[in-house]
Amino acid sequence: MATLKELATQPAGEKFVGGHTSCAGCGYPNIFRLALAAVKDPVVVVGATGCCEVNTSIFPYTSWKVPFLHNAFENSAATCSGVEAAYYSLLKSGKIQENNTRFIAFGGDGGTYDIGLQSLSGAMERGHDMLYICYDNGAYMNTGIQRSGATPRYANTTTAPVGKVKPGKMQKKKDLAKIMVGHNVPYVAQTIAGNAQDLVKKVEKAMSIRGPKFLVVLATCPLGWQTKTQDTVKLTRLAVDACFWPLYEVENGKYKLSYDPKDKKIPVADWLKLQGRFKHLFKPGNEQLLAEVQAEVDKDWADLKALCEFHSKQV
Amino acid sequence: MTTTLNEEKYTANLSASELPEGGIWTEAGSSLMRKTGDWKVEQPVWDKTKCISCFTCWAYCPDSCLKVENGRVAGVDYDHCKGCGICANVCPPKVSALTMEKAR
Ligand SMILES: Cc1ncc(C[n+]2csc(CCOP(=O)(O)OP(=O)(O)O)c2C)c(N)n1
Ligand code: SF4
Ligand code: SF4
Repeated sequence: MATLKELATQPAGEKFVGGHTSCAGCGYPNIFRLALAAVKDPVVVVGATGCCEVNTSIFPYTSWKVPFLHNAFENSAATCSGVEAAYYSLLKSGKIQENNTRFIAFGGDGGTYDIGLQSLSGAMERGHDMLYICYDNGAYMNTGIQRSGATPRYANTTTAPVGKVKPGKMQKKKDLAKIMVGHNVPYVAQTIAGNAQDLVKKVEKAMSIRGPKFLVVLATCPLGWQTKTQDTVKLTRLAVDACFWPLYEVENGKYKLSYDPKDKKIPVADWLKLQGRFKHLFKPGNEQLLAEVQAEVDKDWADLKALCEFHSKQV
Repeated sequence: MTTTLNEEKYTANLSASELPEGGIWTEAGSSLMRKTGDWKVEQPVWDKTKCISCFTCWAYCPDSCLKVENGRVAGVDYDHCKGCGICANVCPPKVSALTMEKAR
């Protein structure tokens, strides 16, 4: 794996630059800074509508120093697959010679778990040579914190608000990595924006494979999570230590844990209590809700560990 | 890293016919022209004598504001730094080369 120093000191400089309008302390930009630093070949990026696209590409300003294409909210995977298919067609007809360009599509959780899911599913199933990166901040943040299929249970959002009747979003977060594993693609991985080493390793691994790859990356949104800007990195690390968001990869259908906190596993409350979107869970009378969340996390963690264990014994 | 941007092209009052067709961004990295540094309330102070150039701050700054020169970390780009405090938070505690102070 490339070291941070190697990533930071490339002669060509960064491929994703500052001056974008993401909020101070936003979690997703370093996913793209690091992913692009980790890709050595020429790369084309296609983005879905959302904070990352809006903040980095308001005409005439762009933070991208690689070819960047935005089409619509729901179709970054479809657009990227079309660009990839056109590229291979040009190669085949001899109009271009060097076969080294790679393709990355991205979307937020709204753009991926929900509205872009069918275009993503199609692109993965057709087997295009592309990496899809979903940055998951757990709501439609750009338009004012609406709940998405990725919003965790009991989080406060503007469309599933905490009130007298309901304690926030009532449904459980979708397991998107599992949905992507169901597409039988060669590589699926889950990581966080707050672990540069794990993120870079997974991007490098993904790019070493030809075919469809999928990465889902938990990223803090200080605005929507109601967290302190300086805690952005710490927050996704705590989500891992609480086993709310385990780091793992799935190569050809086989699950493998990237990190097991073991006796350093923390109660999920230690992660929740730093976030304003969960502050109602700490009011007297809501102990049951908190216990429910903890039980859900423990069960999912035990299931994931068992699956990884099972696959580790297979040859 | 030095970037030469055609600022004139963007800062001048252009008529519709002078704009690039199809909403194409013609200048890669043009967002550097936007000085987001004036957003900040606090700012990081970098101590050259303490810094061990581990590049942790570089890796986590959302705004690419840790300057790199001659293979080492070389200070903060205040023109774009939004003062979030992430860099000071991730700098290894034993090193503590970045601290936050009130922005001037
Ligand atoms: C078809 C369509 N519906 C709605 C919108 C408005 N819209 C723009 S960004 C956005 C939210 C994006 O949410 P998400 O994908 O989670 O990314 P985030 O903003 O959280 O980064 C919405 C609803 C749109 N651009 N297109
Ligand atoms: S709303 Fe959230 S995701 Fe969007 S730029 Fe702000 S902090 Fe980042
Ligand atoms: S305070 Fe935030 S924006 Fe400024 S250099 Fe540090 S990490 Fe970057």
